[in-house]
Amino acid sequence: MSSDPDPDGGGVDEVRFGPTGVRDGYLRCVPVALGVAGYGVVFGVLAREAGLSVAEATLMSATVLAGAAQLVAVELWADPVPVVAVVGTTLVVNLRYLLMGAALRPWFRHLAPRHAYASVFFTADENWALTMGELRSGSRQGAFLLGSGLAVWSFWVVATVVGATAGSLVGDPARYGLDFALTAVFLVIATELWEGRSTVAPWAVAAAVAVLTEAALPGRWYVPCGALAGALTVVIRRDG
Amino acid sequence: MTGEPFAPLTVGVVLAMAVVTYLTKAGGLWLLGRVDLSDRAAAALDALPGAVVVAILAPAVVTAGPPTWLAAGVTVIAARRTGSVLAALLLGVGTTVFFRTAF
Repeated sequence: MSSDPDPDGGGVDEVRFGPTGVRDGYLRCVPVALGVAGYGVVFGVLAREAGLSVAEATLMSATVLAGAAQLVAVELWADPVPVVAVVGTTLVVNLRYLLMGAALRPWFRHLAPRHAYASVFFTADENWALTMGELRSGSRQGAFLLGSGLAVWSFWVVATVVGATAGSLVGDPARYGLDFALTAVFLVIATELWEGRSTVAPWAVAAAVAVLTEAALPGRWYVPCGALAGALTVVIRRDG
Repeated sequence: MTGEPFAPLTVGVVLAMAVVTYLTKAGGLWLLGRVDLSDRAAAALDALPGAVVVAILAPAVVTAGPPTWLAAGVTVIAARRTGSVLAALLLGVGTTVFFRTAF
């Protein structure tokens, strides 16, 4: 977090915001957005399986734009919708965006607030990483996050429509494997979040607490309990 | 849930998710310029998505049977080897179907 260049050292105040940055960001992000689209198709299929309509799944992708949180929401989805669990877990999964937004500050504080706060809506893991690389390497394209985010957003929304529509078409024949599909998606996300040995302890604690809570309490309490226990493990280990 | 394209409750929940998500995306830019976040708080926030995913997975995987355990192993290996979401999913789901049919 503290590895940003000196905000005042490299002419960061010359950060610009214009159509060139939007275009460069979009084009540079297209290959990344293609990968995002793979998740989008899967999200669409699973959202449909969980009971959302094509329109509802598309609305979620267009307005929320947070892959992991949306997949978690679909996992928790039921009839009636557990509102507190879905919205609360969305918040917990997305708290990391606080850190990502903070990392943009050295450059974004030189932008007009309306540009900065419109751009951050389009923050997703993939284009944020691309944008940080661009800005740290000396680019002054303040609109790069917006451009790359528009690439992620457009591919994500279209892929959701494709997946949800396909999910409407596949009926019972595909269903018997699909109950594993959501588990498989989270396994894939887990392999991407894996950071080596430092991940072992928090994940082991999260898993153990989740299994115990699931046996002891009704509903979905095991998700926040396990997650918070895992995050606390990180805090305690840093102190110890 | 019904034939309607939009159920009011669903739209409400989706928009609430959108607001909460935007607040986290804008909040770092706004709040963290005014307040210093300690290193350990930052580490905890950073660890949350993985912990949520593991907390969702653990009970489902532990209480499932050997076919799911095998399929889970195939999915993880495929994800690490190919780096492709769709390939890992197809192999994982395929393995589940195969082992459920075979045993």
